[in-house]
Amino acid sequence: MSKLGDLGARLHRGEVGYDFIGNRKIWYGLSILITITAIVALAVRGLNMGIEFQGGAVFTTPKSEVSVSQAQEYAEEASGHDAIVQQLGNGSLRIQVGGLDTSQSDQVRSELAKDLNVPEDKIAAELVGPSWGEQIANKAWTGLGVFMILVVIYLAIAFEWRMAVAALIALIHDLTITVGIYSLVGFEVTVGTVIGLLTILGYSLYDTVVVFDSLKEQTKDITKQTRFTYSELANRSINGTLVRSINTTVVALLPVAGLLFIGGGVLGAGMLNDISLSLFVGLAAGAYSSIFIATPLVADLKEREPAIKALKKRILAKRAGAAAKDESPDGTDESYADEGEIAVIGPRAGRHGRAPEHRG
Amino acid sequence: MAAPKKGRRPAGGQSRPGRALALILIAMVALTGGMFWSGHTTPRLGIDLAGGTSITLKAKAEPGQESAVNETNMNTAVGIIERRVNGLGVSEAEVQTQGRENIIVNIPRGTNEKQAREQVGTTAQLYFRPVLAVAAAAPQPAPTASSSGSPSASPKPSSSASGATAGEKSATPTATASTQGRALTEALKAPSPTPTGSASSSTTPKATGTPQATPTPDAAQAALEQKFATLNCLDPKQRSVAGQGVKPAEPTVACGEDAPGIWSKYLLGPAAVDGKDVDDAKGALDPQRGMWIVNMEFTDAGSKKFQAITSKLASQTDPQNRFAIVLDGEVVSAPSVRTTLSASAEISGNFNQQSAQDLGNILSYGALPLTFETQSVDTVTAALGGDQLEAGLIAGAIGLGLVIVYLVAYYRGLSLVAILSLGVSALLTYVIMALLGPAIGFALNLPAVCGAIVAIGITADSFIVYFERIRDELREGRTLRPAVERAWPRARRTILVSDFVSFLAAAVLFLVTVGKVQGFAFTLGLTTLLDVVVVFLFTKPVMTMLAKTKFFGNGHPWSGLDPKRLGAKPPLRRARRATAPAAADPKEA
Repeated sequence: MSKLGDLGARLHRGEVGYDFIGNRKIWYGLSILITITAIVALAVRGLNMGIEFQGGAVFTTPKSEVSVSQAQEYAEEASGHDAIVQQLGNGSLRIQVGGLDTSQSDQVRSELAKDLNVPEDKIAAELVGPSWGEQIANKAWTGLGVFMILVVIYLAIAFEWRMAVAALIALIHDLTITVGIYSLVGFEVTVGTVIGLLTILGYSLYDTVVVFDSLKEQTKDITKQTRFTYSELANRSINGTLVRSINTTVVALLPVAGLLFIGGGVLGAGMLNDISLSLFVGLAAGAYSSIFIATPLVADLKEREPAIKALKKRILAKRAGAAAKDESPDGTDESYADEGEIAVIGPRAGRHGRAPEHRG
Repeated sequence: MAAPKKGRRPAGGQSRPGRALALILIAMVALTGGMFWSGHTTPRLGIDLAGGTSITLKAKAEPGQESAVNETNMNTAVGIIERRVNGLGVSEAEVQTQGRENIIVNIPRGTNEKQAREQVGTTAQLYFRPVLAVAAAAPQPAPTASSSGSPSASPKPSSSASGATAGEKSATPTATASTQGRALTEALKAPSPTPTGSASSSTTPKATGTPQATPTPDAAQAALEQKFATLNCLDPKQRSVAGQGVKPAEPTVACGEDAPGIWSKYLLGPAAVDGKDVDDAKGALDPQRGMWIVNMEFTDAGSKKFQAITSKLASQTDPQNRFAIVLDGEVVSAPSVRTTLSASAEISGNFNQQSAQDLGNILSYGALPLTFETQSVDTVTAALGGDQLEAGLIAGAIGLGLVIVYLVAYYRGLSLVAILSLGVSALLTYVIMALLGPAIGFALNLPAVCGAIVAIGITADSFIVYFERIRDELREGRTLRPAVERAWPRARRTILVSDFVSFLAAAVLFLVTVGKVQGFAFTLGLTTLLDVVVVFLFTKPVMTMLAKTKFFGNGHPWSGLDPKRLGAKPPLRRARRATAPAAADPKEA
């Protein structure tokens, strides 16, 4: 702890810090690159939609010696798609395979007959419709749309519209990346993965809001001071909550990583793996985008606001003046790592704003 | 909890941590006790984890309407069945088409299978038909009654105690025979010919002239009246076919159960209002009569039709002032009309809470466009091998173990609070899920389990935000007790603002979507609410109490709150006086 705790203390005081805002173009670039990759992957490879979405074939076999997991292997080998195998009360197996048409289903049936060592005509094959039908999908889309509108309104009221826009962009960024990974890895999209995506939607926004809350607090009285520009304060805010962000991300990712690497490693592919992959990628992207994308975007948008623009002008003029007058003491202003001053702005300002003597 | 609340007492004002702790403790004990008392000590698992029952329904083509079994109707039926079996959205049932004319319904284990089967298969074709005649269940009390050969063979007096007129009518079934017969014939036509009338007017017998003048409809009428005379509602077989497969625009016979085991038979006119005219329906307890009824609201068109028929019926005499509410060919109730009614109606009959709510549910979601028969009912094993769940749980447990290791390494003594809070949260989630299984049919599926795992992160984040706030306050040079109180309002705001977003997502998705997404939204909303409850009623009070202990209050190196390790400034008073701040802040040097 001591090292990390120490880091926390120094971050808190602003002694150390990464210039998230200053380097934002690098991170924007990186994100754009990843997002484009994801979109290209989606366009080229498409998504491997599961049986719930596109229907498929269902085979009912007579009672046999083959176990459920063996049957699943056979079916997946024969069809090249994920298979859902259930045992019926009378011992026969129901095997559902997505994405098959009539002729493919016949082919899979004959292969299954060979694998299971039963006569082909004893296996009943029928095409099934999607259980996640159009109606359900439409409702889900409507729900998503309504939620997006409401959340933008909420963020615009609780924070401001710039933050709402930035949060929305970060959210779309996270979802695109996650979906792109799906396309790249070629995992089958099931209802479970859709729900994984929705979980990410919730988490991504949640994380962004936590970071924004601190940003809002830091920049509350921004126009009443002339020491820091908005971007500088935004950067401080990120650094100030960095320990929280790291801790939360670690805590959120560890169980999912357990599912993905340990569970997946032991079992190989499976529904569990599909969900934990989407969760892992999405949670990581969500934590990343709150810091590297959403907050810099807010800063970019804010710096266009006339009041903030004017403030920046004043601050720069003041700094230039100070630099001209006295070269050394304020020389560190550019890097705004003006130790001990982090608390000048914000609610703590009143208590001990004056501590300029505090420097290491 | 919507907007961040500012300007509350800055010190947090939770002077009685014991009270909050007692509250949550009582809640935990009560819920856990309730869980054991109810006997449902595990959450009900979804079909992917526990298997369940698979019902195959086959669409029955009505003669002459074979083309009705098409894709559109099948998909409509799937949608309606889905909503019926998954009315609250949390039962994780699956509905899909199979082949051209089958629908598979999968219901997780532990659902009330019989009820589900009834709900799934009920066509729910609802019609309001004017009553033309009522009679006791059996054609004759005499044993010879079963010989239902010629219509003229039955002019024996009815000995039925209920409704002498009806009995007479049933005893004189031929169209030409008697005045009663004529009245009946007239009545058969009565509802149809009004110009404002219902959709039924076109196919009913002609309204002009004496019955003899129009032989073809008369034949139909005669047949119907004969059918009415011979119908034996005490025979379940006859009962089940009595009102089936009749076009709404044609008069029909049907049976209805007045009280358990006591049946009446009805001769009914063409349908005046049908189930499509029902906008919304709900089962409710009528407080005056102490019985369960179903309240219906009509659509605009339905209101007009209903008004038309009731105004006509109100002027008639019993039993022709009654209209029968016919559900799937069976008379549910046949109230008499005294005044003109329009926008809403209630159905009273032999309902209990379950059947009233079921019927309300079914009517709200509409009638199936097709009739289905149950082809097979199978138990199915979990779609996801048991090994998947087991491995998932083991992996999740390892991950959780790592979380604990990380928290201990980073927060030391403070991690005790975090781990206990997570424990409280986990216990409450588990118990509530277990209780919701029997209460509202909640079933936990694999995606929901994953959602709960992600919830660990969101729950832990609340403590982490709070802990970091406390540490920031310590770094400012405060001692623990004021730091804990000062950090709280700001941490609280962050927690509420961010949890509100999660809750908003959950609420919107729950209200708008159906099926598994709805189930997920429910889990998300539940864990978010519990997060807030645990932080407010457990984490904060525990921190307040711990701040009073020596171990934490004095910042023991293992408490996780050691000011030195946190690199705190010296207390403010000294800082002002300090001439050599570097010395006071050794870590920085």
